[in-house]
Amino acid sequence: MSREGLERHDYDVIVVGAGGAGLRAAIESSAAGARTALICKSLLGKAHTVMAEGGIAAALGNVWQEDNWRVHFRDTMRGGKLLNNWRMAQLHAQEAPERVLELEEWGALFDRTKDGLILQRDFGGHRYARLAHVGDRTGLEMIRTLQQHAVHKGIDVYMECTLQRLLTEGGRIAGAFGYWRDSGKFVLFGTRAVVLATGGVGKAWKITSNSWEYTGDGIAMALDAGADLIDMEMVQFHPTGMVAPASVRGILVTEGVRGDGGTLKNNQGKRFMFDYIPEFFRADTADTEREADAWYDDKRNNRRTPDLLPRDEVARAINSEVKAGRGTKNGGVYLDIASRRTADYIRKRLPSMYHQFKELADVDITTTPMEVGPTLHYIMGGVRVDADTAASTVPGLYAAGEVAAGMHGANRLGGNSLSDLLVFGRRAGAAAAEYASRTTARPVDDGQVEEAARSVLAPFEGEGGENPYALHAELQETMQALVGIIRTEAELVRAVAKLDGLGERVERVTVEGNRQFNPGWHLALDLRSMLTVSQACTRSALLRTESRGGHTRQDYPKADPEWGKKNVVTRKRGGRLELTTEPLPQLPEELRQLVLSEEKQPERQPA
Amino acid sequence: MIEETSQATMSVWRGNKAGGRYEIYSVPTDEGMVVLDVIHRIQALRAPDLAVRWNCKAGKCGSCSAEINGKAALMCMTRMNTFGPGEEITVSPMKTFPIIKDLVSDVSFNYEKAKEIPAFKPKPKEADGTRRMYQEDVDRVQEFHKCIECFLCQDTCHVIRDHEENKKAFSGPRFFVRLAALEMHPLDTNDRLELIRAKAGLGFCNITKCCTEVCPEDIHITDNAIIPLKERIVTEFYDPLAWAKRRIISKGGPKG
Repeated sequence: MSREGLERHDYDVIVVGAGGAGLRAAIESSAAGARTALICKSLLGKAHTVMAEGGIAAALGNVWQEDNWRVHFRDTMRGGKLLNNWRMAQLHAQEAPERVLELEEWGALFDRTKDGLILQRDFGGHRYARLAHVGDRTGLEMIRTLQQHAVHKGIDVYMECTLQRLLTEGGRIAGAFGYWRDSGKFVLFGTRAVVLATGGVGKAWKITSNSWEYTGDGIAMALDAGADLIDMEMVQFHPTGMVAPASVRGILVTEGVRGDGGTLKNNQGKRFMFDYIPEFFRADTADTEREADAWYDDKRNNRRTPDLLPRDEVARAINSEVKAGRGTKNGGVYLDIASRRTADYIRKRLPSMYHQFKELADVDITTTPMEVGPTLHYIMGGVRVDADTAASTVPGLYAAGEVAAGMHGANRLGGNSLSDLLVFGRRAGAAAAEYASRTTARPVDDGQVEEAARSVLAPFEGEGGENPYALHAELQETMQALVGIIRTEAELVRAVAKLDGLGERVERVTVEGNRQFNPGWHLALDLRSMLTVSQACTRSALLRTESRGGHTRQDYPKADPEWGKKNVVTRKRGGRLELTTEPLPQLPEELRQLVLSEEKQPERQPA
Repeated sequence: MIEETSQATMSVWRGNKAGGRYEIYSVPTDEGMVVLDVIHRIQALRAPDLAVRWNCKAGKCGSCSAEINGKAALMCMTRMNTFGPGEEITVSPMKTFPIIKDLVSDVSFNYEKAKEIPAFKPKPKEADGTRRMYQEDVDRVQEFHKCIECFLCQDTCHVIRDHEENKKAFSGPRFFVRLAALEMHPLDTNDRLELIRAKAGLGFCNITKCCTEVCPEDIHITDNAIIPLKERIVTEFYDPLAWAKRRIISKGGPKG
């Protein structure tokens, strides 16, 4: 294509994605003096962060003075089944409190303790009440605060602009290419550094809490640019999504319901989580209902309720109950806070849950138990990064937030995502700006631009007649059925074959209409990313022959200590995915003692 | 009221700034569907290029704003079983903003107005380095922070809905809520009263409460944000004593 007429902008740093990580990165990069642009697929303020409910995990010690970064670090590593990049988990635990207090300096208003400090709530896997929150709409408060701060800093924002390709020169970042959603016209960014903050991949599954944007673009673009991915098999099914009516299936029900006293029950009214306490968490978990209930008010003398085991454990437990015929008629279980807390308390603490169930399901959660079941929520895997700088393996390319991997290991604790966005968003923005200051702008390769433009327009030329919506539905059915909570070799092999077939059919998509705001075309392009990340996830899952965190193999039900020392790495070379394993960064002895104190090696009950 | 229908018929506005018309679509429906689900089904089965803006489909992001049977509402929170059997359902884009395509309008007006509002500027920390605020002092502002920026209040506000020329000097209810949040923030020290009076055009509002009625977050926009701001303006600008005091001591008390 002709370079004439192609809209072009030049920056030191472009940040892709305007959720918590992207906004925080842009703020930091801009503050460091780098000419910074923030580019997002949606309108500003609509990114997936806005849907986060429960809170931001940070050892502020406002509610329990015993809390500190070491306890938070231990909880995070144990929650991640020790597959975490320990240095990321350490930085995260150490810096999260500062990042939360910084939001307050920028105008955020968290719920308060009686002493006027930031109130913290209980959440799964956290030893102490640790989540700074605003009712159950914490993500909204966070994104709005960051958004307004960024706007006042004068950062250039490109809204409803979808990037499709990272451009490299001599293996280094040189630019990025994409299109405006409203006009369909192309846009080219020349830049020294790119921070990916594009979030996750949930839209490849049918039942998900994720918004439309979660199509894995950032992961796919990084892979195409030569970056390493790790842990792609590690996806998190949040245990509590809505299950009924069918059209709302998957919408998130915050863990805050259990943090604030709600309990899970099967169709016989039994609090079944007591039957699913794994050996790894037995010493930390209450084994009687009396102790579990007393823990909410007295953490010194009681152990945590099993309702607040890490999400992977709870999701598997719900899955088992339903399979054993003890679920609700809609295939979920009950989440009961109505019988345990007053209506006033529920409405004050969980206003959006109250509203959501009332409006979408005709259920009053102050009088009636909710019906819930697992929903795909998060991917722990993604772009491999350096812990301190968020640098990927491609010079000039950085990644922060859900698109990056390592921080959460095999399973993320609730509340650790919002804090991850702030801690590593800031670090990525600072490192990208620093890199940009000591490098020169690279020339953009016309050949790469032309190739990307051709590829983006291909669906208009296609005569294969494949419908992008139908292909998307098939992809979602495939991932839901074959790459779900419980996996087997046979099913994963079938999934790979099915994905190969879908990959060929995606090339034959035909879109109708023109380039002006055309969702069918946008989906045809997003499908390519979804297929790439689905392949990486499925093939990584096939390779890891053990069960750990978000990856459960029915045919290998135990955690294997040897696998506990390895990441599955995915690369793209010569247009093909290559998978291999590489050793995890070694946990220093002092921290190892901290993490394993009183504990044995991770084990798990057969699924 | 019907519980469920197996088929929905919807009249959807199709077009762009050059013009457009309503197209009628019939698609099968499932239990519990909302208007946005039907729009998605129309995309999948009938009109793949039908433009609609949406993100979360859970009432949390405020992207899928439209006019449903003429009323400003979120498509994701409007259930199909709220319509009577055979009731005609029309879906059109927000009228107050320029059209881009189909159900997508150009809401950049709102992002420009947001830039005009002076930033949050906190007072110094407490002597012990903390920020102490009590729940009762933040309750009201937290109500304002519930705003999901769906801009339905802006869409329905007749000051700009029917008078394009007012847009220049009128921020609209969304930003009165934002200004009230800043003015009532226990830590903020910035002074925005002149802006509220002049550039934001609070005086244009004659408290018809249309904005409050369409707010999907049930924010009491008129009673809790607009009226207190109006009272503040009256006190500060038209009470001579307060005016003199304002010249001497800025909001938040003496600095230092």
